[in-house]
Amino acid sequence: MFDELSDLYQQVILDHSKSPRNFRVLPGANRSAQGYNPLCGDNITLYLELDGDVVKSAGFQGSGCAISKASASLLTEMMKGKTTGEIRSLFNRMHDLVTTGKCEGAPDGKLAVFAGVHKFPARVKCAILPWHAAMSAIEGKQDPVSTE
Amino acid sequence: MSFLSKTHFLRARNVGWDLIRSDFPILDQTVNGEPLIYFDNAATSQKPNAVINALRNYYEKDNANVHRGIHELSNRATAAYEGGRQRAAKYLNAASSSEIIFTRGTTEGINLVASSWGGANLKAGDKVLLTEMEHHSNIVPWQMLCERTGAELLYVPVVGDSGQLDLEAYDRLLGQGVKLVSVTHISNTLGVINPVAELCGKARAAGAVTVIDAAQSAGHLKLDVQALGCDFLAFSGHKMCGPTGIGVLYGRLPLLESLPPYQGGGEMIQTVDFFKTTYAKPPHRFEAGTPDIAGVVGLHAAMDYLDGIGRKAIFEHDQDLAVYAYAQLSNIQGIRLFGPPSGRGGLVSFLLEEVHAHDLVTFADQKGIALRGGHHCNQPLMKKLGVPSTARASFYFYNTREEVDQLLDVLIEIRRFFGSNPGI
Repeated sequence: MFDELSDLYQQVILDHSKSPRNFRVLPGANRSAQGYNPLCGDNITLYLELDGDVVKSAGFQGSGCAISKASASLLTEMMKGKTTGEIRSLFNRMHDLVTTGKCEGAPDGKLAVFAGVHKFPARVKCAILPWHAAMSAIEGKQDPVSTE
Repeated sequence: MSFLSKTHFLRARNVGWDLIRSDFPILDQTVNGEPLIYFDNAATSQKPNAVINALRNYYEKDNANVHRGIHELSNRATAAYEGGRQRAAKYLNAASSSEIIFTRGTTEGINLVASSWGGANLKAGDKVLLTEMEHHSNIVPWQMLCERTGAELLYVPVVGDSGQLDLEAYDRLLGQGVKLVSVTHISNTLGVINPVAELCGKARAAGAVTVIDAAQSAGHLKLDVQALGCDFLAFSGHKMCGPTGIGVLYGRLPLLESLPPYQGGGEMIQTVDFFKTTYAKPPHRFEAGTPDIAGVVGLHAAMDYLDGIGRKAIFEHDQDLAVYAYAQLSNIQGIRLFGPPSGRGGLVSFLLEEVHAHDLVTFADQKGIALRGGHHCNQPLMKKLGVPSTARASFYFYNTREEVDQLLDVLIEIRRFFGSNPGI
């Protein structure tokens, strides 16, 4: 009966929402950005430590639903060691994945767990919010981003 | 003009709720493979055949513009529109139908008062008194007005999760030079029913003008503006079986007569010169442009429909569901319920420990249950309660205890699914 829900709330997502990784203010952060969805109240601040063009470390704080928490947690894990160009390309593939359920090539093993989101149009904004915050942090923007 | 069939009146005497349910075609469907349980009535109610047919009938037979035509259809449209005004006056027990202004809804009604009354009467240092449980639509227009005039906002505190107003604080604040009090009748998040007659009486004695936000009460209980003693009262048609886009602002006639217009345009004028216009009397002074005629026809049908059932019976039914839901849901481990256990309006807001309201609402939706999750346009109240959002089940007379039981089952299932969640 809850097949669609099991698709949405895959074990990896439940795990990351219950025990979010890198859930902290990063002491060495030299970039940060806030993602805020005023309609639902999800509020996530993303911290990055950039060494030249490479992400050395990432962390986040805030409050949100299981989807946005898990998305932020997985994002901070996979950003480590990647260049900003690589992250931008991953962002595009993540965007395709959560809106269509498909994307060109494998986005990264773990990100595939978000494929079920596209069946829940109201929840796409939850999954993509931390990514918008990440792009904003990389680009050094000051205003909070929103996916609403 | 009544769109209510005789059978409805016969039903009403015994109130056959099952039969009444069949007046709402939208309720007869499955959502995600499950029978629809519509528990989002505080956001908007569903529409009975009587209202849908009234709209269809108007557009099929009588549609024309109002107040200016000589031709037959225009006469009919005008009669329908002004007939709706008389019906609304009766619905509220207003002294005169000139006290009924048609608006787009509660929000526009409050904006009208803030703009017309506030613009003419407030000056720097004056105080506007609201409460901490107000909807954004009863906060933001006053903030905008205060920014414009230099007046200040004061708030009556809400006490604890049960959310009653601090009435001692109300008395104290009233004494600080308050010019206007605007308060919700029933809180859309807490379900608290405020003692508005008492609040209005005290405000009037203190020389303050009063506004009641009746968005959550107009479709659920009997309203008598003369007994309440308010100066203004605003509500929306769509939360009481009527169409979206139509609402009513009641204003006491002597006050309305003293106010400048809200918007300028056709319908609200007496004479227009290139450089000078004289304005129509209330209520037309406040209704610029072609109004929502069909909306008024639909609202008229909705008011007939509700009174056909009886607002006393509706209120008892809705309150029974809310009190039942509060009692049943309080058995769930780790649930936090907001608002008082009894003496409440027809809705229940809650949070399941460690489960975000949006995850909960998505889950319930897969079971065919329509809930609301979020801040309910009550961000300041959410901050006060210390929560980012809540889930809300809001009831109407077509809902049943069996549906509440199903909600309970689903909430227990949700707890099991998410298990222990340390959360953020």
